[in-house]
Amino acid sequence: MISYLDFEKPVAELEARIAELRAASEGGDVDLSSELAKLERKSADLLTTTYAALTPWQKTQVARHPSRPHFRDYVAMAFEEFVPLGGDRYFGDDQAIMGGLARLNGRKVMLIGHEKGNDTESRLRHNFGMGKPEGYRKAIRLMEMAGRFGLPVVTLVDTSGAFPGVEAEERGQAEAIARSTEACLALRVPMVSAIVGEGGSGGAVALASAERVLMFEHAVYSVISPEGCASILWRTAEKAPQAAEAMKMTAQDLVQLGVIDRIVPEPTGGAHRDPQAAAVALGGAISEELDALSQKTPQELLRLREERFLTMGAEG
Amino acid sequence: MSWLTRVRNALPFSNKRETPDNLWVKCPRCHDMLFSKEYEANLYVCPRCEYHGRIGADARLGQLLDEGFELLPAPQVREDPLKFRDTKRYSDRLKAARAANPHNDAFTAAFGRIEGLPAVVGVQDFGFMAGSMGMAVGDAFCAAAAKALQERCAYVVVTAAGGARMQEGILSLMQMPKATVMTRRLKEAGLPYIVVLSDPTTGGVTASYAMLGDVHIAEPGALIGFAGQRVIQDTIRAQLPEGFQRAEYLHKHGMVDMVVNRHQLRATLANLIDYLAPAEAAA
Repeated sequence: MISYLDFEKPVAELEARIAELRAASEGGDVDLSSELAKLERKSADLLTTTYAALTPWQKTQVARHPSRPHFRDYVAMAFEEFVPLGGDRYFGDDQAIMGGLARLNGRKVMLIGHEKGNDTESRLRHNFGMGKPEGYRKAIRLMEMAGRFGLPVVTLVDTSGAFPGVEAEERGQAEAIARSTEACLALRVPMVSAIVGEGGSGGAVALASAERVLMFEHAVYSVISPEGCASILWRTAEKAPQAAEAMKMTAQDLVQLGVIDRIVPEPTGGAHRDPQAAAVALGGAISEELDALSQKTPQELLRLREERFLTMGAEG
Repeated sequence: MSWLTRVRNALPFSNKRETPDNLWVKCPRCHDMLFSKEYEANLYVCPRCEYHGRIGADARLGQLLDEGFELLPAPQVREDPLKFRDTKRYSDRLKAARAANPHNDAFTAAFGRIEGLPAVVGVQDFGFMAGSMGMAVGDAFCAAAAKALQERCAYVVVTAAGGARMQEGILSLMQMPKATVMTRRLKEAGLPYIVVLSDPTTGGVTASYAMLGDVHIAEPGALIGFAGQRVIQDTIRAQLPEGFQRAEYLHKHGMVDMVVNRHQLRATLANLIDYLAPAEAAA
């Protein structure tokens, strides 16, 4: 059962009608196939046009869609193997940030990413993808290890932000994020990041300070959530749609600003409508980027990454 | 001079001052009335309750550096890259902030000496749009780091910020890795990078260059953290612990090396630089 977003209502109505007709045609003798085909075409067209013209706020909702695939789904569908590695060796093993050795189209990589979970139990276990200091410290550990063993680093970013809690502050959330960003920038192996859902602020950039940053067509990436921005600047969270617009947080805006390098197309109607196709597109795009980086020397990779951030936003 | 500048300069709010010249000020913490001149002479620290007042870049540089320091030029950055508008235009907010502040943005740096030892000092001014980090702050931070690399001297940064400058959207977030490129270069060059955390230092500034120092010094009572207290309270739905996210709390939890009274700050910095900075080449 698909869960529809507000702006998908017309599509939902059509699809409900199609389901009804299909049920009726199965039971009865009336041939409804031509009527069905017509409606299905209409519904597909409507979905295409709706998704071609999503507003930034609508994209935010798609990026947060409860059925949107997450880290574990991509691991299962785009990678041949995943050997999870756990723990920061200081405090614990944060389930909001997962990582391990993985094979992508035959290539051995270190894979790290946020996992939000997909039902109540797993969402709680993964803390809704909001990393704690030990999660970022695990990421640091794995990145350093990747550097030592010559494995390219791939990160899948999907978080509303780092966890805002008392224990997280006590254990140095800010320091952990800063050090994780530093660990990205110190890598002498290729690093490719993909914003697959929400790229929420410092909690995202800590895993996305790479020389190549990809983004799914309907993913969002911003300095603060639209609700947070609206409640500070407009003094009401209800202005979130305006804030989403003003912040330029869509893949289409960010490629123009030079903040991301490449948009990975999603299946019509968003990644949640066809997770397998989304995973294939993602895996393919990451592989291509790793291919392109594989000829560079460690020094070139380091400089490429540094220059990317030193010059970012200078022109537009 | 455009007609707009002429008109603006004629208006009373364009007087660029860091502190009001009222005769008396009220301590925000103990509410004691302080004689302005005495407050200033006491480095904007309340003599009764030790409250460390927020100060602008000029006052801070004057307190830390020996006389005769050289202000570094403010880098030129693309203004208002997103053409951002909330209830006001960002460009208007910038104009208003500049009219009320002697500097062009929230980060001002100088090259000079601290008790005779060479150093670049960068100061973030909470008075300029809450010290928020946008491209101008990031660029000024990086240019000052480059100056320290060039002079082979210590880099001291006094932080104060509500966080990232939302009006620059993602480009403000990108200042985090940008600044980190430079702190890494200082590290590789063997130059000390010392952070002084002043009240308040939060958000993306804390989660990048404010937490990457070789030594972290906090001013007494300074609010220092990643997430805002209201956000945390909304998340956990419980009372926050006493003194949460204050300098002393961070010291207790191992995030800062020392909490130093403003009166000892200059001497403390000089001593640390003496330990850590490379010996000066003989002239």
